[in-house]
Amino acid sequence: MGDIIVLIISCIFVNNILLAQFLGNCPFLGTSKKLETALGMAMAVIFVLVMAGAITWIVQYFILDKFKLEYLQTIAFILVIASLVQFVEMFLKKSIPGLYAGLGIFLPLITTNCAVFGVCIINMKEGYGFLETLVSSFAYAAGFGLALILFAGVRERIILARVPKPLQDTSIGLITAGVLALAFMGFKGMV
Amino acid sequence: MAKTLTQEFTKGLWQEIPPFRLVLGLCPALGVTTTVQNGVGMGLATTFVLVCANLLVSVLRKVIPAKVRIACFIVVIATFVTLVGMLMQAFTYPLYGMLGIFIPLIVVNCIVLGRAEAFAYKNPVLPSIADGLGIGLGFTMALGALGAVREVIGTGCFTVPFGPTLTILSADWYTPFAFMVQAPGAFIGLGLMLCLMNLVPSK
Repeated sequence: MGDIIVLIISCIFVNNILLAQFLGNCPFLGTSKKLETALGMAMAVIFVLVMAGAITWIVQYFILDKFKLEYLQTIAFILVIASLVQFVEMFLKKSIPGLYAGLGIFLPLITTNCAVFGVCIINMKEGYGFLETLVSSFAYAAGFGLALILFAGVRERIILARVPKPLQDTSIGLITAGVLALAFMGFKGMV
Repeated sequence: MAKTLTQEFTKGLWQEIPPFRLVLGLCPALGVTTTVQNGVGMGLATTFVLVCANLLVSVLRKVIPAKVRIACFIVVIATFVTLVGMLMQAFTYPLYGMLGIFIPLIVVNCIVLGRAEAFAYKNPVLPSIADGLGIGLGFTMALGALGAVREVIGTGCFTVPFGPTLTILSADWYTPFAFMVQAPGAFIGLGLMLCLMNLVPSK
């Protein structure tokens, strides 16, 4: 049990997927201009990442390893993720229209979110068991959401500030992210 | 013909240089640029994938149905990423070890998919290769530059790609500013470089 808690804390804070491992930065800068879109993206990532983590684990251990096809990992995983996203989108549209409307355009974007693909590969590299994979996928996604929502909050304030022209938009966004990453560095050595 | 080819090639080197003008492919740009060599190595691996994927997508552009094109692009790109991973494992193992997870992640690098969708799917083979080569080398330059800034400030050294490590700022009088080679330094370094690029007017 203790191991699981350590894993959760290390995935959310210490090895934060956005600010310490640099995965998923495109949506990080793209969808963080408003708190609302950041919230939608965070929910969509949590939802898809847990499912992708579970399915890629099954694919890795029951198909790729069994038939000695480890070298196909990249191709297999990206196809699994792409079709999973498509499937989730169709399922939600039909069964839970409310949630679908909420997640909306963020779902298809997740296919090319390297955080999802990256976490699946990290899970395999670390050799996690099935339960650990589920927990780490959820915790990484939660860390993604946390950083994204914090960042969106800061960015909403920046709009009101007078930023010098060459620094505007992405440039100041990156520097803000740097300051946030500095704050997250404080968690280092916690676990 | 020759002139347009040169244009397709050179636009990637300045006018549309990623990740500055085209803000895509940020993850590898931030993640691997702790040294010049890592940055350049990552850039060259991406270039290889870009050129090959552009070539194949362009050859197959009349065969691939528009509805499933994204899935087809992803399979093509994933194939070449697997290839480049194996090649690097065989010939440049230390670099492969340093870049680690970012090699398979080329598959979700938006630059590669973006060029396949925006350029190679609509253009003949030769311009597509020129486009891939230009954008790829532009990306390599940008990563090398960011790596150089971070490495020199952060450690005082400069690694010539695939060569020796030179000491630029002697440890006698320079205290390395380690912040630059850590995570926050990546964001702030890239942000400041973007700001410098914005100061230079683009044509």
